[in-house]
Amino acid sequence: MAQIEVDNPVEETWQGTVEDLKGLVSPRALTGETMLLNMGPQHPSTHGVLRLLLELDGETVVNCIPDVGFLHTGIEKNMEAKTYIKALVMTDRMDYLNPMGNNLAYCLAIEKLGEIDVPERAMIARVMLAELTRINSHLVWLGTHSLDLGGMAVMLYAFREREAILDIFELVSGQRMMTSYFRPGGLWRDLPDEFVPTLQAFLNDFPNKLRDYETLLTNNPLWIDRTQGIGVLSPQDAIAMGCSGPTMRGSGVNFDMRKAQPYSCYEEFDFDVPTGEHGDVYDRFLVRVREMYESVRIINQALKRLPKGPFISNNRKYVPPPRAELGTSMEAVIHHFKLWTEGFKLPEGEVYAAVESPRGELGCYLSSDGGTHPHRVHFRTPSFILISALSKLAKGYMLADLVAIIGSTDIVLGDCDR
Amino acid sequence: MQTATPPVLKDPVVQIRGAFPDAVQDVIEFRGETTVVVDPAHIVEICRFCRDTEGLEFNLFSDMTCVDYYPNDPRFALCYHLYAMFDNRRLRLKVYLAGDEPHIESVTSVYPAVNWQEREAFDLMGIMFDGHPDMRRILMPRDWVGHPLRKDYPLGYETVQFTFNYDEIQRQKPMAQQ
Amino acid sequence: MGIVSSKLGNMGVVTTSLETMVNFGRTGAMWPMLFGLACCAIEMISAESPHYDMSRFGMELMRASPRQSDLMIVAGRVSRKMAPVLRQLYDQMPNPKWVLAMGDCASCSGVFNNYAVVQGVDEIVPVNVYVAGCPPRPEQLIHGIMTLHEKVRGEHMSDWASPRD
Repeated sequence: MAQIEVDNPVEETWQGTVEDLKGLVSPRALTGETMLLNMGPQHPSTHGVLRLLLELDGETVVNCIPDVGFLHTGIEKNMEAKTYIKALVMTDRMDYLNPMGNNLAYCLAIEKLGEIDVPERAMIARVMLAELTRINSHLVWLGTHSLDLGGMAVMLYAFREREAILDIFELVSGQRMMTSYFRPGGLWRDLPDEFVPTLQAFLNDFPNKLRDYETLLTNNPLWIDRTQGIGVLSPQDAIAMGCSGPTMRGSGVNFDMRKAQPYSCYEEFDFDVPTGEHGDVYDRFLVRVREMYESVRIINQALKRLPKGPFISNNRKYVPPPRAELGTSMEAVIHHFKLWTEGFKLPEGEVYAAVESPRGELGCYLSSDGGTHPHRVHFRTPSFILISALSKLAKGYMLADLVAIIGSTDIVLGDCDR
Repeated sequence: MQTATPPVLKDPVVQIRGAFPDAVQDVIEFRGETTVVVDPAHIVEICRFCRDTEGLEFNLFSDMTCVDYYPNDPRFALCYHLYAMFDNRRLRLKVYLAGDEPHIESVTSVYPAVNWQEREAFDLMGIMFDGHPDMRRILMPRDWVGHPLRKDYPLGYETVQFTFNYDEIQRQKPMAQQ
Repeated sequence: MGIVSSKLGNMGVVTTSLETMVNFGRTGAMWPMLFGLACCAIEMISAESPHYDMSRFGMELMRASPRQSDLMIVAGRVSRKMAPVLRQLYDQMPNPKWVLAMGDCASCSGVFNNYAVVQGVDEIVPVNVYVAGCPPRPEQLIHGIMTLHEKVRGEHMSDWASPRD
């Protein structure tokens, strides 16, 4: 294990020489013709702890080598040591801007493997909260992206809007961000009565505000100058490099997991999937802003369809019984006891469940050996793939454009490093 | 890319079995997913076949996962999740690797998206990919010893400090002074 | 603050001790360094946003450069790969400097008790204030900052003076 010496801190930083990078940088770096610059893990524009080793020819980026792992938390290994429910808490903290989406991917995998039915009220509530999380994530993206490119006002507006959504999350689950609200079989607890009016008030207000913020950016000549023609990704490259989500849709490829392989009754909702044309930063910006309007549309439809009924499955092998039942039924006590002491067991096998996170395809591969702990959990996280595509996206553009490109891919380092 | 008439869909299992009869070891249908267990020596050809054959066209590479089945033998397994965008189908190719330091050929020539996934498999599980353009550790520090996600690697947790063992842990815990 | 202006009438003169003035200056505009690592960073940004407004305390300006900042808010989990970087940044900050460990992961590694996360950032840098929560609400962070201000007001000038200065 790498020891941390407190006495000589400087010695612990990267000790490599240029020769180590022989295959990765061009030969001009070895002779000193181009400059190697470290855009280190602590940097205001990298949206987290991402280290980029840039080879610069003046201001132009010749090569860009990302170095990730500064936020590696060992979540996958830690989940193997906990029961399925306890491991759910850790999934929130992977992609911290999309906590409910991570929960959803994990719960869908468990439900697929255990063949647990989910009642309709829970499915529609999941759709609503997942779309709220998508709006949440896109607002943070909008704020930080525009902050990077110099427009500080939009950041303050976006975070103000976010407070309304976080209030709704707190109403529903008690926590602002890491809610762990989705459980295998449905939801943790029923939606409170104030949920529908609060959400309706937010939805009535939000699209108008979003239109106001668009007037600051969408037709702004400064914004257009800084984002059009930058970081162009062709559709063939997007598919070959495995990009998904708004990054791929900005290049014109119409692919959305919610339409292609619908989960949690997304097939019953009517919404469009916005796509771009040129595959540059501006198109990705437009795609994400339009996605926010579409999310509002989905939530409005879901609110009309929200039925009354159970919020979690009745399958007592996986779902604990309500407390009232414990006083009257012996089986309920036994189920409660088994679930709380050792947790539920899933049948042996492996599944892969994918959802559409605000960044792309978030997949959960779950392999079970019949025990109470997951044998192997792997998350296919979109940011991991997007950062690997960054080296291709950034070639040939200037250093200032690199900031715009990183912002447009909307990477979250917790998602990348897990 | 988009043709006027939709391409004729073919069953991937039948196609792969037909083209590589001795490489397919097993086919599993579980919870609506198809898993084809293949021989590791043919993985690159099978991936290329899946991507390029008309009617299969698995062009989007979703995920590559490595699993450790310690103490069973073969110990490691690699799962390649492929997705055909225009046909909307998924396929899992599974490969079992024996031994503690397994080698397998890299699939980056067929699917560039697998580049970092293979680096992660090397870093966390110790599987070597021959022919990979950049085989380095990705998530752990450069000088880390061991492969953390293996089953025989300890979790590395710290004993929780309760009142009964407070002093004992306080003595051992490294605290920065200045 | 020990103002005795009533004796001197309206001359606009205030008498107090030098230490109080120095500490008043230090708490009035303590610039945090931009060191958001994970989820707590988002709550830190929320604390800076208009709803919970940290600029009331003079802290809205987050300096990216450690050489220009006073306070390092370690917001998020510190992995073993990041630990040397953290120490180097702490060493680059000029005196006086304070560290606030925001969140459970910085205080004691929180939910993650494993090989990859440093078990509490106080293994690497000396911490002045710990703020609990996963992630802590912006109000909790502000409470932590006010606790730090209280602590700073009680400091002596000799704490930060060294023979080299």
